[in-house]
Amino acid sequence: MSSQRGENELGELRVHELLARIADGELSGDEIFSTYVEAAIGDELNAYLWRAEPGKPGCAGMGDGPLSGMPVAVKDIFCTEGVETTAASRILAGYRPPYTATAVRKLTGARLLGKTNMDEFAMGSSNENSAFGPVLNPWDTGRVPGGSSGGSAAAVAGGLAPWAIGTDTGGSIRQPAALCGIVGLKPTYGAVSRYGMIAFASSLDQCGPLTRSVTDAALLLDVVQGRDPCDSTSVGVQGGIEAPSRENLSGLRFAVPAELTHDAIEPGVRTVFEATLGKIEELGGEISEVPLPHAEHGISAYYVIAPAEASSNLARYDGVRYGLRENGDRDLIDMYETTRAAGFGAEVKRRIMLGTYALSSGYYEAYYGRAQRVRTKIVEDFDAAFTSADFVVTPTSPSVAFGLGEKTDDPLAMYMNDFFTVPMSLAGIPAISIPAGLAEPEGGGPSLPVGFQIAAPAFAEQRLLDAAYALELGIGFDAKPGEDENG
Amino acid sequence: MAGELSGILEHVDRIAKLELENVPPTAHVVELENVLRADEPRPSWPRQEMLEPAPDSASGAFRVPSPQAESE
Repeated sequence: MSSQRGENELGELRVHELLARIADGELSGDEIFSTYVEAAIGDELNAYLWRAEPGKPGCAGMGDGPLSGMPVAVKDIFCTEGVETTAASRILAGYRPPYTATAVRKLTGARLLGKTNMDEFAMGSSNENSAFGPVLNPWDTGRVPGGSSGGSAAAVAGGLAPWAIGTDTGGSIRQPAALCGIVGLKPTYGAVSRYGMIAFASSLDQCGPLTRSVTDAALLLDVVQGRDPCDSTSVGVQGGIEAPSRENLSGLRFAVPAELTHDAIEPGVRTVFEATLGKIEELGGEISEVPLPHAEHGISAYYVIAPAEASSNLARYDGVRYGLRENGDRDLIDMYETTRAAGFGAEVKRRIMLGTYALSSGYYEAYYGRAQRVRTKIVEDFDAAFTSADFVVTPTSPSVAFGLGEKTDDPLAMYMNDFFTVPMSLAGIPAISIPAGLAEPEGGGPSLPVGFQIAAPAFAEQRLLDAAYALELGIGFDAKPGEDENG
Repeated sequence: MAGELSGILEHVDRIAKLELENVPPTAHVVELENVLRADEPRPSWPRQEMLEPAPDSASGAFRVPSPQAESE
């Protein structure tokens, strides 16, 4: 797969390095953009649903600014003025939004390289729920890239984009970043505006960066974060975000959840996780255990709350104002039903039904009410953990990238991919996944990336990025798709 | 799909065993404050632009099939 990565040095550089070369006059934004447009046009991973054409303006509303023409890949869940935005659903095929999402608009000076493939309406952990076909993992094209921001992760890992933005509702940035060997950050709920971001579960959805380095993640977060009058839940990160520079972890306390059930973790992932804990100690950090007794119920609570919110948010797709309309010559109810039956994929229908059931009279308290109380317990668990620790750490995903089709017949097995990422989403706290090493998948095969997740208290993004940067330096992960382990 | 949904609900039912009697529900993790602003008129989105993506429109409005099935 080395052909997927830019042959020249430009394709190897991280965004902060590219920006430094632009500042020095060694490179121009145009050169970088055209190199990546060419790479994106050669996409063999199905990472893109829309790609910029050379010499065409693309998306309006990004304006001039400090990002000097830097190309950026944007998950197809963000509205982009005049550029098709589908959330990978048939029900929105052909939809051209009249405005651009705030998070995209804030990338001032950047240029839209492409809209990336994803699980339909961000519902999935493998990108196999896209109406436009699955994304392939650049490390092994027989495997999934993770999801739901699978296109963004595969594009960045496969050299088809220098960086990307995605969204994370229960792990949709962190898990694909882990499975593709890149950095993925879910900011605190409220750090980034959700205006123009197609809603899945509004109390959980959050925009964040997928990048090849922690420094790039900091740079991207700094640009997109902030209060937006169009999203009353957006508060921004006070003081902004600076480039991380910390080189050791001395004095920092990292806690491993005591309930972390090793049985659920693939042996290869466990080995890399434990080696990373060793690296933290080497860098001067302290490792301890904290109880997070309700985290194991995160999946149960999440798969009530998220579908409940989705069932409400997705009511808007009814064939009236935008997107698909089927049977427009029959009566209104018939048109609604036929449109929604034809427009939504199986997983979206599953979640709308689950959510509607959980909110229905007679079951509301047993499902939605209880799930919201479990959410409170999870918030309290983290609050308690952060009185004795600066960070909580886990593997990002219980396994490395799995095979295409391996889990599509068992929704519950698929949901378990989110076991380690969902609790932070429910608590609204920031968490980052950084590549920590390679591990052989269960059942054998070439080694694949393993992600290490670090979570911090709400709005502690700067401390989180500083620690992740020091650990990234210490680990020195430099493997790339298409290289053998000694390469 | 019925079997899949039952399997998921069975897993979710694990939270039925938790002691949650006096635990308040969490709907939102961000503490929101009421924000007041001056009630000043601002332009809204142009009607024609908003109608552009609609499958059908007429007389400056979204057009939908009749709510009542035609009796034939």
